[in-house]
Amino acid sequence: MDILGYYNYWVFAVLLMIGFYAVIARGNLIKKLLGLSIFQSAVFLMYITMDKVEGGTAPIIQPGAVDQIYSNPLPQVLILTAIVVGVSTTALGLSIVVRIKETYGSVEEPEIFDADDV
Amino acid sequence: MVILFGLFLLTLLVLTAVAIVRTPNLFVAVMLMAIFSLLMAANFFILDAADVALTEAAVGAGVTTVIFLSALALTADRERVTKTGTYFAMGVVSVTVVVLIYATFDKPVLGDPNAPVHQHVAPWYLEQTPELIDIPNVVTAVLGSFRGYDTLGEVFVVLVACIGVQFILGASPPPQAPRGQDEQGLRHHLVPQVVGRLLFPFIILFGLYVQFHGEYGPGGGFQAGAIIATGLILHALLEGESAALKAIPPNTLLAMVAGGALLYTLVGVLGIVLGGNFLDYSVLHSNPVTGQQIGILMIEAGVGITVCGALLSIFHAFAVRD
Repeated sequence: MDILGYYNYWVFAVLLMIGFYAVIARGNLIKKLLGLSIFQSAVFLMYITMDKVEGGTAPIIQPGAVDQIYSNPLPQVLILTAIVVGVSTTALGLSIVVRIKETYGSVEEPEIFDADDV
Repeated sequence: MVILFGLFLLTLLVLTAVAIVRTPNLFVAVMLMAIFSLLMAANFFILDAADVALTEAAVGAGVTTVIFLSALALTADRERVTKTGTYFAMGVVSVTVVVLIYATFDKPVLGDPNAPVHQHVAPWYLEQTPELIDIPNVVTAVLGSFRGYDTLGEVFVVLVACIGVQFILGASPPPQAPRGQDEQGLRHHLVPQVVGRLLFPFIILFGLYVQFHGEYGPGGGFQAGAIIATGLILHALLEGESAALKAIPPNTLLAMVAGGALLYTLVGVLGIVLGGNFLDYSVLHSNPVTGQQIGILMIEAGVGITVCGALLSIFHAFAVRD
């Protein structure tokens, strides 16, 4: 059972690299941003994995509950705000992609480089 | 049982991520991204992070998908697959995965109560929240009061990102005049029209509930802002852009974005004026605990207004060009 305790972290590592692969190996700018979103979600998963306490529950204090274990609220606060900031920055990236499409007529990296060389 | 469920969800998560990267159809990739977010939200929920799960479900599966789709409408929905450098990238990525997995064995196992992360300030937050702030949801207490300065920074990041999108997409007029058909929204589709109109008031009501119930249950300004924005985006999709912009003009949205951040800052400054520190809510009322509660309520309202306004104006910035 102990080895399964690391499964979350393995998934984090794999997701992180799947996202990174999309960023470095795919030429389409939208695909790169999707990859970046996966990368970002992987980091969120790592933080939230750290907050879990065995036998704990969500950190909302129940009146009258004695000896109740609560999971760690701090990583949750950090990630909660990061998710909303994440969507705003992704939108910023997408708006740049839209302008690139209008200027170059393409969102494929090789075509954009070719247009720059001419 | 919960562990098995977690393993299942995490494995699905990896499969979905692989499918997102592999498919050349970007429309499919974006829809898979919404599923990915929902799975992620379910994972957060079984890891005891109810607030984060709510945020991820509202933002990741709702708003992000719509913004990606409106960007796809302006670019291309098919990817031209290039094969150059893929083997090299695959090699780099595989080596890094192995190294990262090797490194995870140094981490404490899932749920270990003796992990360093649980020894630092977290127990103090859990112990002191009932005494100092007296609200049940510790996440809201940490977000609004103990780490209020941090949250103020995040609100300003959202504000700046929104301004950035406005500058980048609003700098030049749309290349072509809006097409007549788009102006109708989904008005000629009966089923989305009827279901959407039925859902719309309940989404807004739920958003308001999440906003004002954030001290007692999972929720708060970030989630509520995203949920209300989702409801209003649904309205915009159903009725068409011009009707939505007539209901809430772009200037009102920008005033919301700036006004929410200003409200947050003003509450902080009010703390100084009344003789405390910046963002010290204890001085807002003769009873410090009540002062904390008033402060959190006000800054959560500021956060909600900013997030809702920012997400909506970002959506409109994309949709107006379509």
